[in-house]
Amino acid sequence: MSTPVLELRGLGRTYGKGETRVESLIGIDLTVAAGELLAVMGPSGSGKSTLLMLAGGLDAPTTGQVLVEGTEITGLSRRRQAALRRRSVGYVFQDLNLIPALTAVENAALPLELDGTSVRKARATALAALAEIGIEGLADRFPDEMSGGQQQRVAIARALVGERRLVLADEPTGALDSVTGEAVLRVLRARCDAGAAAVLVTHEARHAAWADRVVFLRDGRLVDDTGRQSEAESLLAKDVRG
Amino acid sequence: MSIKHGLLALLDQGPRYGYQLRAEFESRTGSTWPLNVGQVYTTLGRLDRDGLAQPDGEDDEGHVFYRITDAGRRELHAWFDEPVSRADRPRDELAIKLAMAVTVPGVDVVAVVQHQRAHTLRMLQDYTRLKMRAADDDLAWQLVLENLVFQAEAEIRWLDHCEARIARRDLTAPAPAPLPAVSDGAPAVRGGRTRKGRR
Repeated sequence: MSTPVLELRGLGRTYGKGETRVESLIGIDLTVAAGELLAVMGPSGSGKSTLLMLAGGLDAPTTGQVLVEGTEITGLSRRRQAALRRRSVGYVFQDLNLIPALTAVENAALPLELDGTSVRKARATALAALAEIGIEGLADRFPDEMSGGQQQRVAIARALVGERRLVLADEPTGALDSVTGEAVLRVLRARCDAGAAAVLVTHEARHAAWADRVVFLRDGRLVDDTGRQSEAESLLAKDVRG
Repeated sequence: MSIKHGLLALLDQGPRYGYQLRAEFESRTGSTWPLNVGQVYTTLGRLDRDGLAQPDGEDDEGHVFYRITDAGRRELHAWFDEPVSRADRPRDELAIKLAMAVTVPGVDVVAVVQHQRAHTLRMLQDYTRLKMRAADDDLAWQLVLENLVFQAEAEIRWLDHCEARIARRDLTAPAPAPLPAVSDGAPAVRGGRTRKGRR
Protein backbone atom coordinates (compact mmCIF):
# COMPACT_ATOMS: atom_id res chain seq x y z
CA MET A 1 0.00 0.00 0.00
CA SER A 2 1.30 3.46 -0.86
CA THR A 3 1.93 6.15 1.72
CA PRO A 4 -1.26 7.96 2.74
CA VAL A 5 -1.40 11.59 1.63
CA LEU A 6 -2.48 12.59 5.12
CA GLU A 7 -2.11 10.69 8.35
CA LEU A 8 -3.16 11.83 11.82
CA ARG A 9 -1.85 9.79 14.73
CA GLY A 10 -3.25 10.19 18.23
CA LEU A 11 -3.86 13.84 17.52
CA GLY A 12 -4.91 16.07 20.42
CA ARG A 13 -5.20 19.81 20.91
CA THR A 14 -5.78 21.54 24.20
CA TYR A 15 -6.34 25.25 24.64
CA GLY A 16 -5.84 27.12 27.90
CA LYS A 17 -4.76 25.84 31.29
CA GLY A 18 -6.28 24.87 34.61
CA GLU A 19 -9.89 25.93 35.01
CA THR A 20 -10.20 27.27 31.49
CA ARG A 21 -8.54 24.29 29.84
CA VAL A 22 -10.49 23.06 26.82
CA GLU A 23 -9.73 19.83 25.04
CA SER A 24 -10.63 20.66 21.50
CA LEU A 25 -9.47 17.35 20.01
CA ILE A 26 -8.74 14.06 21.73
CA GLY A 27 -6.88 11.07 20.29
CA ILE A 28 -7.77 11.41 16.61
CA ASP A 29 -6.46 8.72 14.25
CA LEU A 30 -7.24 9.17 10.58
CA THR A 31 -5.68 8.44 7.23
CA VAL A 32 -6.59 9.83 3.85
CA ALA A 33 -5.24 8.03 0.80
CA ALA A 34 -4.63 9.38 -2.68
CA GLY A 35 -7.93 9.44 -4.55
CA GLU A 36 -9.93 9.68 -1.35
CA LEU A 37 -12.40 12.34 -0.26
CA LEU A 38 -13.02 12.33 3.48
CA ALA A 39 -15.83 14.37 5.02
CA VAL A 40 -15.81 15.50 8.64
CA MET A 41 -19.14 16.33 10.24
CA GLY A 42 -20.13 17.39 13.71
CA PRO A 43 -21.92 20.13 15.63
CA SER A 44 -20.42 23.57 16.23
CA GLY A 45 -17.53 23.38 18.63
CA SER A 46 -16.92 19.69 18.03
CA GLY A 47 -13.39 20.34 16.76
CA LYS A 48 -13.91 20.10 12.99
CA SER A 49 -12.05 23.26 12.09
CA THR A 50 -9.31 22.59 14.64
CA LEU A 51 -8.74 19.25 12.95
CA LEU A 52 -8.35 20.95 9.60
CA MET A 53 -5.95 23.58 10.97
CA LEU A 54 -3.77 20.87 12.50
CA ALA A 55 -3.86 18.74 9.35
CA GLY A 56 -2.64 21.70 7.32
CA GLY A 57 0.07 22.73 9.76
CA LEU A 58 -1.66 26.03 10.51
CA ASP A 59 -1.77 25.10 14.18
CA ALA A 60 0.36 22.71 16.23
CA PRO A 61 -1.07 19.74 18.11
CA THR A 62 -0.64 19.31 21.86
CA THR A 63 -0.15 15.57 21.38
CA GLY A 64 0.23 13.25 18.43
CA GLN A 65 1.56 13.61 14.91
CA VAL A 66 0.52 14.90 11.51
CA LEU A 67 2.14 13.30 8.45
CA VAL A 68 1.73 14.76 4.98
CA GLU A 69 2.88 12.35 2.28
CA GLY A 70 4.90 10.50 4.88
CA THR A 71 6.67 13.58 6.30
CA GLU A 72 5.94 14.48 9.88
CA ILE A 73 5.16 18.17 9.83
CA THR A 74 4.94 18.61 13.58
CA GLY A 75 8.69 18.36 14.04
CA LEU A 76 9.69 20.63 11.20
CA SER A 77 11.09 24.14 11.53
CA ARG A 78 8.66 26.93 10.72
CA ARG A 79 10.42 27.60 7.47
CA ARG A 80 10.23 23.97 6.33
CA GLN A 81 6.62 23.73 7.49
CA ALA A 82 5.74 26.75 5.40
CA ALA A 83 7.51 25.25 2.39
CA LEU A 84 5.63 21.97 2.83
CA ARG A 85 2.34 23.84 3.08
CA ARG A 86 3.05 25.68 -0.16
CA ARG A 87 4.10 22.56 -2.04
CA SER A 88 1.77 19.91 -0.70
CA VAL A 89 -1.35 21.40 0.84
CA GLY A 90 -4.12 23.58 -0.58
CA TYR A 91 -6.88 25.28 1.37
CA VAL A 92 -10.42 26.24 0.45
CA PHE A 93 -12.44 28.24 2.95
CA GLN A 94 -16.03 29.40 2.99
CA ASP A 95 -15.10 32.91 1.93
CA LEU A 96 -12.15 35.28 1.68
CA ASN A 97 -10.62 32.73 -0.61
CA LEU A 98 -9.21 34.76 -3.44
CA ILE A 99 -7.11 37.86 -3.37
CA PRO A 100 -9.33 40.61 -4.84
CA ALA A 101 -6.53 42.46 -6.63
CA LEU A 102 -5.42 39.36 -8.59
CA THR A 103 -7.13 37.66 -11.52
CA ALA A 104 -8.21 34.01 -11.36
CA VAL A 105 -5.03 32.77 -13.00
CA GLU A 106 -2.84 35.02 -10.83
CA ASN A 107 -4.60 33.73 -7.73
CA ALA A 108 -4.03 30.14 -8.83
CA ALA A 109 -0.38 30.87 -9.68
CA LEU A 110 0.37 32.56 -6.37
CA PRO A 111 1.45 29.50 -4.33
CA LEU A 112 3.93 28.54 -7.06
CA GLU A 113 5.35 32.05 -7.31
CA LEU A 114 5.72 32.23 -3.54
CA ASP A 115 7.66 29.01 -3.80
CA GLY A 116 10.08 30.48 -6.30
CA THR A 117 8.68 29.28 -9.62
CA SER A 118 9.14 31.77 -12.44
CA VAL A 119 6.13 33.94 -13.23
CA ARG A 120 5.82 32.55 -16.73
CA LYS A 121 5.97 28.91 -15.63
CA ALA A 122 3.64 29.51 -12.68
CA ARG A 123 1.11 31.09 -14.99
CA ALA A 124 1.23 28.17 -17.42
CA THR A 125 0.79 25.68 -14.58
CA ALA A 126 -2.07 27.72 -13.13
CA LEU A 127 -3.80 27.85 -16.51
CA ALA A 128 -3.52 24.07 -16.70
CA ALA A 129 -5.08 23.79 -13.23
CA LEU A 130 -8.00 26.00 -14.32
CA ALA A 131 -8.39 24.02 -17.52
CA GLU A 132 -8.52 20.74 -15.60
CA ILE A 133 -11.74 21.85 -13.99
CA GLY A 134 -13.09 23.50 -17.12
CA ILE A 135 -12.83 27.16 -16.11
CA GLU A 136 -9.90 28.38 -18.20
CA GLY A 137 -12.34 30.93 -19.66
CA LEU A 138 -12.34 32.73 -16.30
CA ALA A 139 -8.56 33.11 -16.20
CA ASP A 140 -8.43 36.88 -16.60
CA ARG A 141 -11.37 37.74 -14.38
CA PHE A 142 -11.04 39.36 -11.01
CA PRO A 143 -12.89 37.81 -8.06
CA ASP A 144 -15.59 40.50 -8.09
CA GLU A 145 -16.30 39.62 -11.72
CA MET A 146 -17.13 36.01 -10.84
CA SER A 147 -20.04 34.33 -9.07
CA GLY A 148 -19.51 32.68 -5.69
CA GLY A 149 -19.50 29.24 -7.28
CA GLN A 150 -16.93 30.29 -9.88
CA GLN A 151 -14.69 31.74 -7.16
CA GLN A 152 -14.83 28.50 -5.20
CA ARG A 153 -13.86 26.54 -8.31
CA VAL A 154 -10.88 28.85 -8.80
CA ALA A 155 -10.00 28.28 -5.14
CA ILE A 156 -10.03 24.52 -5.75
CA ALA A 157 -7.83 24.97 -8.82
CA ARG A 158 -5.39 26.99 -6.71
CA ALA A 159 -5.50 24.39 -3.94
CA LEU A 160 -4.42 21.72 -6.42
CA VAL A 161 -2.08 23.75 -8.62
CA GLY A 162 1.16 22.07 -9.65
CA GLU A 163 2.17 19.03 -7.66
CA ARG A 164 -0.11 19.57 -4.71
CA ARG A 165 -2.27 16.59 -3.88
CA LEU A 166 -4.01 17.51 -0.63
CA VAL A 167 -6.97 19.86 -0.34
CA LEU A 168 -8.34 20.93 3.02
CA ALA A 169 -11.76 22.49 2.58
CA ASP A 170 -13.68 24.18 5.40
CA GLU A 171 -17.37 24.62 4.51
CA PRO A 172 -16.51 25.48 0.90
CA THR A 173 -20.17 25.48 -0.11
CA GLY A 174 -21.42 27.39 2.91
CA ALA A 175 -22.42 30.55 1.09
CA LEU A 176 -23.70 28.92 -2.09
CA ASP A 177 -27.15 27.82 -3.22
CA SER A 178 -27.81 24.10 -3.59
CA VAL A 179 -27.17 23.77 -7.33
CA THR A 180 -23.99 25.88 -7.26
CA GLY A 181 -22.78 24.11 -4.12
CA GLU A 182 -23.20 20.82 -5.88
CA ALA A 183 -21.19 22.01 -8.87
CA VAL A 184 -18.30 22.84 -6.51
CA LEU A 185 -18.51 19.41 -4.91
CA ARG A 186 -18.52 17.74 -8.30
CA VAL A 187 -15.22 19.47 -9.03
CA LEU A 188 -13.75 18.38 -5.72
CA ARG A 189 -14.98 14.83 -6.30
CA ALA A 190 -13.54 14.78 -9.82
CA ARG A 191 -10.13 16.00 -8.59
CA CYS A 192 -10.10 13.19 -6.03
CA ASP A 193 -11.09 10.66 -8.66
CA ALA A 194 -8.10 11.94 -10.62
CA GLY A 195 -5.79 11.15 -7.69
CA ALA A 196 -5.93 14.05 -5.21
CA ALA A 197 -6.84 13.62 -1.56
CA ALA A 198 -9.26 15.92 0.22
CA VAL A 199 -10.67 16.57 3.66
CA LEU A 200 -14.00 18.36 3.59
CA VAL A 201 -15.43 19.89 6.74
CA THR A 202 -19.16 20.46 6.42
CA HIS A 203 -22.31 20.50 8.50
CA GLU A 204 -24.45 19.53 5.52
CA ALA A 205 -25.01 15.82 5.11
CA ARG A 206 -25.98 16.32 1.49
CA HIS A 207 -22.48 17.60 0.79
CA ALA A 208 -20.70 15.12 3.01
CA ALA A 209 -22.36 12.37 0.98
CA TRP A 210 -20.01 13.12 -1.93
CA ALA A 211 -17.19 11.72 0.18
CA ASP A 212 -15.90 8.15 0.18
CA ARG A 213 -16.04 8.16 3.91
CA VAL A 214 -17.73 10.36 6.51
CA VAL A 215 -16.57 10.69 10.11
CA PHE A 216 -18.41 12.43 12.94
CA LEU A 217 -16.79 14.49 15.66
CA ARG A 218 -18.42 15.24 18.95
CA ASP A 219 -16.71 17.02 21.85
CA GLY A 220 -13.36 16.52 20.17
CA ARG A 221 -13.64 12.78 19.64
CA LEU A 222 -14.41 10.68 16.60
CA VAL A 223 -17.69 9.05 17.49
CA ASP A 224 -18.79 7.52 14.24
CA ASP A 225 -17.62 6.55 10.82
CA THR A 226 -19.45 5.37 7.73
CA GLY A 227 -16.36 3.37 6.77
CA ARG A 228 -14.78 3.02 3.39
CA GLN A 229 -16.90 1.76 0.59
CA SER A 230 -15.41 0.08 -2.40
CA GLU A 231 -18.36 -0.31 -4.73
CA ALA A 232 -21.63 0.77 -3.32
CA GLU A 233 -24.39 -0.70 -5.38
CA SER A 234 -25.91 -1.80 -2.11
CA LEU A 235 -28.74 0.63 -2.10
CA LEU A 236 -30.35 0.04 -5.45
CA ALA A 237 -29.89 -3.65 -5.03
CA LYS A 238 -31.58 -3.76 -1.64
CA ASP A 239 -33.53 -0.79 -0.43
CA VAL A 240 -34.86 0.78 -3.57
CA ARG A 241 -35.22 -1.87 -6.19
CA GLY A 242 -36.81 -4.13 -3.61
CA MET B 1 -47.50 5.95 -4.05
CA SER B 2 -50.06 6.57 -6.72
CA ILE B 3 -49.70 3.95 -9.43
CA LYS B 4 -53.11 5.01 -10.69
CA HIS B 5 -52.02 8.53 -11.49
CA GLY B 6 -48.66 7.41 -12.83
CA LEU B 7 -50.42 5.16 -15.35
CA LEU B 8 -52.91 7.88 -16.26
CA ALA B 9 -49.99 10.21 -16.99
CA LEU B 10 -48.53 7.65 -19.38
CA LEU B 11 -51.88 6.90 -21.03
CA ASP B 12 -52.36 10.63 -21.55
CA GLN B 13 -49.58 10.39 -24.13
CA GLY B 14 -51.41 7.75 -26.16
CA PRO B 15 -52.87 4.22 -25.83
CA ARG B 16 -50.56 1.61 -24.28
CA TYR B 17 -50.70 -1.97 -23.08
CA GLY B 18 -49.71 -3.44 -19.71
CA TYR B 19 -46.08 -4.42 -20.25
CA GLN B 20 -45.42 -1.15 -22.02
CA LEU B 21 -46.85 0.80 -19.09
CA ARG B 22 -44.72 -1.08 -16.61
CA ALA B 23 -41.53 -0.53 -18.59
CA GLU B 24 -42.21 3.18 -19.09
CA PHE B 25 -43.17 3.74 -15.48
CA GLU B 26 -39.92 2.19 -14.32
CA SER B 27 -37.77 4.05 -16.79
CA ARG B 28 -39.30 7.41 -15.79
CA THR B 29 -38.67 6.80 -12.10
CA GLY B 30 -35.37 4.99 -12.57
CA SER B 31 -36.79 1.79 -11.12
CA THR B 32 -37.14 3.48 -7.75
CA TRP B 33 -40.63 2.06 -7.48
CA PRO B 34 -40.62 -1.32 -9.19
CA LEU B 35 -44.01 -2.49 -10.39
CA ASN B 36 -45.03 -6.00 -11.22
CA VAL B 37 -47.23 -6.49 -14.21
CA GLY B 38 -50.00 -7.85 -12.00
CA GLN B 39 -50.23 -4.47 -10.22
CA VAL B 40 -50.44 -2.79 -13.59
CA TYR B 41 -53.35 -4.97 -14.75
CA THR B 42 -55.19 -4.63 -11.44
CA THR B 43 -54.85 -0.86 -11.67
CA LEU B 44 -56.00 -0.83 -15.30
CA GLY B 45 -59.06 -2.84 -14.22
CA ARG B 46 -59.88 -0.20 -11.59
CA LEU B 47 -59.35 2.65 -14.02
CA ASP B 48 -61.78 0.94 -16.42
CA ARG B 49 -64.31 0.36 -13.63
CA ASP B 50 -64.11 4.02 -12.57
CA GLY B 51 -64.44 5.27 -16.15
CA LEU B 52 -60.95 6.84 -16.18
CA ALA B 53 -59.55 4.60 -18.94
CA GLN B 54 -60.99 2.01 -21.28
CA PRO B 55 -59.82 -0.87 -23.46
CA ASP B 56 -58.94 0.23 -26.97
CA GLY B 57 -58.50 -2.93 -29.04
CA GLU B 58 -55.72 -5.47 -29.43
CA ASP B 59 -52.70 -5.72 -31.68
CA ASP B 60 -51.70 -8.78 -33.70
CA GLU B 61 -49.85 -10.25 -30.72
CA GLY B 62 -52.90 -10.03 -28.48
CA HIS B 63 -51.77 -7.02 -26.37
CA VAL B 64 -54.82 -5.23 -25.01
CA PHE B 65 -54.41 -1.48 -25.38
CA TYR B 66 -55.97 1.04 -23.00
CA ARG B 67 -56.71 4.68 -23.62
CA ILE B 68 -57.47 7.50 -21.21
CA THR B 69 -61.03 8.93 -21.07
CA ASP B 70 -62.01 12.57 -20.62
CA ALA B 71 -62.80 11.82 -16.97
CA GLY B 72 -59.33 10.25 -16.67
CA ARG B 73 -57.75 13.38 -18.06
CA ARG B 74 -59.63 15.55 -15.57
CA GLU B 75 -58.51 13.24 -12.75
CA LEU B 76 -54.89 13.48 -13.94
CA HIS B 77 -54.88 17.25 -14.07
CA ALA B 78 -56.50 17.46 -10.66
CA TRP B 79 -53.65 15.26 -9.38
CA PHE B 80 -51.01 17.57 -10.80
CA ASP B 81 -52.83 20.58 -9.32
CA GLU B 82 -53.15 19.15 -5.80
CA PRO B 83 -50.22 19.22 -3.38
CA VAL B 84 -49.26 15.81 -2.01
CA SER B 85 -50.20 15.30 1.61
CA ARG B 86 -47.91 13.24 3.77
CA ALA B 87 -50.44 13.01 6.57
CA ASP B 88 -51.74 9.63 5.55
CA ARG B 89 -48.40 7.89 5.27
CA PRO B 90 -47.61 5.30 7.94
CA ARG B 91 -46.20 6.66 11.15
CA ASP B 92 -42.47 7.00 11.05
CA GLU B 93 -40.88 3.99 12.73
CA LEU B 94 -37.74 5.94 13.57
CA ALA B 95 -39.65 8.65 15.43
CA ILE B 96 -41.46 5.96 17.42
CA LYS B 97 -38.19 4.18 18.15
CA LEU B 98 -36.55 7.33 19.53
CA ALA B 99 -39.62 8.30 21.50
CA MET B 100 -39.43 4.90 23.14
CA ALA B 101 -35.66 4.99 23.55
CA VAL B 102 -35.69 8.24 25.55
CA THR B 103 -38.26 6.90 28.00
CA VAL B 104 -37.17 3.28 28.47
CA PRO B 105 -34.43 3.02 31.12
CA GLY B 106 -31.18 1.37 30.12
CA VAL B 107 -31.32 2.24 26.42
CA ASP B 108 -28.27 4.08 25.09
CA VAL B 109 -30.19 6.71 23.13
CA VAL B 110 -27.06 8.44 21.91
CA ALA B 111 -25.87 5.18 20.37
CA VAL B 112 -29.26 4.64 18.73
CA VAL B 113 -29.03 8.12 17.19
CA GLN B 114 -25.43 7.64 16.05
CA HIS B 115 -26.03 4.26 14.43
CA GLN B 116 -29.06 5.56 12.63
CA ARG B 117 -27.19 8.62 11.40
CA ALA B 118 -24.26 6.60 10.06
CA HIS B 119 -26.74 4.29 8.33
CA THR B 120 -28.71 7.13 6.78
CA LEU B 121 -25.51 8.80 5.70
CA ARG B 122 -24.38 5.65 3.93
CA MET B 123 -27.69 5.63 2.08
CA LEU B 124 -27.15 9.27 1.22
CA GLN B 125 -23.71 8.40 -0.14
CA ASP B 126 -25.28 5.70 -2.30
CA TYR B 127 -27.89 8.10 -3.68
CA THR B 128 -25.12 10.61 -4.39
CA ARG B 129 -23.08 8.01 -6.29
CA LEU B 130 -26.11 7.21 -8.39
CA LYS B 131 -26.48 10.93 -9.05
CA MET B 132 -22.88 11.14 -10.22
CA ARG B 133 -23.60 8.39 -12.73
CA ALA B 134 -26.98 9.71 -13.85
CA ALA B 135 -27.01 10.98 -17.41
CA ASP B 136 -27.08 14.78 -17.64
CA ASP B 137 -30.20 14.76 -19.80
CA ASP B 138 -32.18 12.38 -17.59
CA LEU B 139 -33.87 15.07 -15.53
CA ALA B 140 -36.71 12.79 -14.35
CA TRP B 141 -34.31 10.30 -12.77
CA GLN B 142 -32.18 13.06 -11.28
CA LEU B 143 -35.18 14.68 -9.63
CA VAL B 144 -36.29 11.34 -8.18
CA LEU B 145 -32.81 10.78 -6.76
CA GLU B 146 -32.68 14.29 -5.36
CA ASN B 147 -35.98 13.67 -3.64
CA LEU B 148 -34.33 10.75 -1.83
CA VAL B 149 -31.24 12.87 -1.13
CA PHE B 150 -33.20 15.67 0.50
CA GLN B 151 -35.30 13.24 2.54
CA ALA B 152 -32.19 11.52 3.87
CA GLU B 153 -30.62 14.88 4.61
CA ALA B 154 -33.70 15.97 6.54
CA GLU B 155 -33.56 12.81 8.61
CA ILE B 156 -29.89 13.41 9.43
CA ARG B 157 -30.60 17.00 10.46
CA TRP B 158 -33.38 15.79 12.69
CA LEU B 159 -31.03 13.19 14.23
CA ASP B 160 -28.42 15.93 14.89
CA HIS B 161 -31.15 17.90 16.58
CA CYS B 162 -32.16 14.87 18.68
CA GLU B 163 -28.55 14.36 19.74
CA ALA B 164 -28.26 17.97 20.86
CA ARG B 165 -31.56 17.79 22.75
CA ILE B 166 -30.52 14.59 24.52
CA ALA B 167 -27.12 16.05 25.43
CA ARG B 168 -28.83 19.10 26.90
CA ARG B 169 -31.25 16.96 28.89
CA ASP B 170 -28.39 14.85 30.24
CA LEU B 171 -26.61 18.02 31.41
CA THR B 172 -29.56 19.25 33.40
CA ALA B 173 -30.75 15.86 34.65
CA PRO B 174 -27.81 13.41 34.71
CA ALA B 175 -29.96 10.41 35.60
CA PRO B 176 -32.21 9.11 32.83
CA ALA B 177 -35.81 10.04 33.39
CA PRO B 178 -37.49 7.27 35.36
CA LEU B 179 -40.75 5.79 34.16
CA PRO B 180 -43.70 7.56 35.77
CA ALA B 181 -44.77 5.62 38.83
CA VAL B 182 -48.44 4.74 39.07
CA SER B 183 -48.89 4.69 42.83
CA ASP B 184 -46.71 7.47 44.18
CA GLY B 185 -49.76 9.59 44.93
CA ALA B 186 -48.57 12.47 42.78
CA PRO B 187 -49.95 11.83 39.32
CA ALA B 188 -50.53 15.50 38.57
CA VAL B 189 -47.00 16.83 39.09
CA ARG B 190 -46.27 17.39 35.44
CA GLY B 191 -49.75 18.42 34.44
CA GLY B 192 -50.16 20.61 37.49
CA ARG B 193 -46.92 22.44 36.87
CA THR B 194 -47.88 23.07 33.28
CA ARG B 195 -51.27 24.39 34.20
CA LYS B 196 -49.80 26.64 36.86
CA GLY B 197 -47.28 27.96 34.39
CA ARG B 198 -49.94 28.86 31.90
CA ARG B 199 -52.12 30.75 34.31
